[in-house]
Amino acid sequence: MAYDKFTVLKSRAVPLPSENVDTDQIIPARFLKATEREGFGDNLFRDWRYDVEGNPKKDFVLNDPTYTGKILVAGKNFGSGSSREHAVWAIYDYGFRCVVSSFFADIFKNNCLNIGVLPVTVTPEFADKLLNAITEDPSTEIEVSIPAQTITLLSTGESESFDINSYKKDNMQNGFDDIDYLLSMESEIDQFEKTR
Amino acid sequence: MEKTTLFDKIWDAHVVRSVPSGPDVFFIDKHFIHEVTSPVAFLNLEKRGVSVKYPHRTVATPDHNVPTVDQDQTIKDKLSRMQVERLRENCNKYGIELHDLGSAHHGIVHVIGPELGITQPGMTIVCGDSHTSTHGAFGAIAFGIGTSEVEMVLATQCIMQSKPKKMRITVNGDLSSGVTSKDIILYIIAKISAAGATGYFVEYAGSAIQSLSMEARMTICNMSIEMGARGGLIAPDETTFNYLKGKQYSPVGEEWDKVVEEWSQLKTDDGAVFDKEYEFDAADIEPMITYGTNPGMGIKVKGNIPSTDGMEGSNKSSYLKSLDYMGFAPGEPVSGKKVDYVFVGSCTNGRIEDIRSVAQFVKGHKKADNITAWIVPGSKEVEKMAQEEGLVKILEDAGFELRQPGCSACLAMNDDKIPAGKYAVSTSNRNFEGRQGPGARTMLASPLTVAAVAVTGVITDPREVFQN
Repeated sequence: MAYDKFTVLKSRAVPLPSENVDTDQIIPARFLKATEREGFGDNLFRDWRYDVEGNPKKDFVLNDPTYTGKILVAGKNFGSGSSREHAVWAIYDYGFRCVVSSFFADIFKNNCLNIGVLPVTVTPEFADKLLNAITEDPSTEIEVSIPAQTITLLSTGESESFDINSYKKDNMQNGFDDIDYLLSMESEIDQFEKTR
Repeated sequence: MEKTTLFDKIWDAHVVRSVPSGPDVFFIDKHFIHEVTSPVAFLNLEKRGVSVKYPHRTVATPDHNVPTVDQDQTIKDKLSRMQVERLRENCNKYGIELHDLGSAHHGIVHVIGPELGITQPGMTIVCGDSHTSTHGAFGAIAFGIGTSEVEMVLATQCIMQSKPKKMRITVNGDLSSGVTSKDIILYIIAKISAAGATGYFVEYAGSAIQSLSMEARMTICNMSIEMGARGGLIAPDETTFNYLKGKQYSPVGEEWDKVVEEWSQLKTDDGAVFDKEYEFDAADIEPMITYGTNPGMGIKVKGNIPSTDGMEGSNKSSYLKSLDYMGFAPGEPVSGKKVDYVFVGSCTNGRIEDIRSVAQFVKGHKKADNITAWIVPGSKEVEKMAQEEGLVKILEDAGFELRQPGCSACLAMNDDKIPAGKYAVSTSNRNFEGRQGPGARTMLASPLTVAAVAVTGVITDPREVFQN
């Protein structure tokens, strides 16, 4: 599915410094029963966000109105575990367009790039810097630029560059997905299939 | 000639085109689908006006949220029923082979693939499920994908993938009595951490790996994802060929001889270079159990939970949060802790050898009163064998409840949930918070350890209960 183009995003951010946040936390298995892609945001971080009666837990960051924004700054090894793309759908549906961490799980990162959520890998030091800045001043803004491949803490001007391969970079900036590309090379795939 | 790894050989043979400064267009030989991660992919195909390109390369089965009782009746949960029905409709519409509920080869997708001989050496295999890595045990490149990629494979039989780095993990030596392949993989993950192989594809090698049966190898490859690896694989050998010979989809006659000759070439050249290597001694491995909320948090069953010495910042706070969830404290032993549930099943340990090993050890014993014991076979075929071999009777006599095939309490998408706060010792693959139900506390272990826990009611080293 095509998604909204992503070039430069300037936004406040939500801090979630926990390490090893797995996709079962991002969207628990019992909410994977839908046959359509929309609406997963309601259950993003369900068991951290709500108690068993469905009341919001006061100490969870998504329930703290102080923090808002389209950027989630997360702890190390974010998105490990299940390959469920629903985790990224939930993140996107909730309103995030960018996740920042010093370390992402592989499949999660691929899923992000495939549906238009930008995963930005920064150094552990810069991740800490961002987390501290947002926590101290929730109005802190961060700018993420795909053309420049940079992430900048606007309050201090501190910046880091991040990697994204030129193919995915082009896709994100144009809102394209891989299927458009693959469908364009149908005869080449047919030729290849005959050799299998 | 350049020395290459097994992984390189298979990968390079499946690249249709390399995108400059981008990923490879990677051809997929076999695609497994199930009811949870495929419906949106089919829906999007329709929106695009695209059909399934090579339906014969896809095989389907419902497994994640099927009930494990009364499978001959209508599924009560409406949403689960809708997903299974959608899978049926899509398979029917596009001519995809479906092993439906109640049919002879229904089961967990990663159990039936090998069982039918669909999984073969040298193949590329994907599925919208991270434990697709299981199939690597046959010397295949097999890994989990997201739903967008499921759609890509349905539409074009290809995905766009950057080639991962290569890691080799060698385990040499002999395993001690009471130590299984589940202990090997829990040991490795504890050593290199739940993120230790992120970015890598792992080849397992060494005499301890070669000595394992196919089913034991599948357990190891299955849990490669739990250390962050895209997948794991093991070079095919006589054990692999013997397992596949005579399977429903295995080649026969001259064709068989031809493929075995080809498959025999599938190995890493002497002197080929890996990006990272680890080596372990099988003699150091003991029965293992996890105490925390990721599979890297594992210790010897007789060991103590690590202290927080040397930890600081978010590392320490995440660690303490995990122990708090489990109701454990740093430094304490796990042995002797009371347990409420045991679960034998899942794509990790729901195969016939697993059920045989539990039955062998609990024969003549009774489960402890405080234990609820669930056994869920990985497939109808496993269920049938367990009945024919008399294992069902032995297990039922010991107080185990035998259910029908499916993923079940591994991820608790159906009704098989561990209640909040209760402890489960489980042969499944993940101990994440809430994995087996909201608030459930999961400890991962081998089928043998589960048998010992079931009999004693507390965390127990199996070597202390069962003497050969």
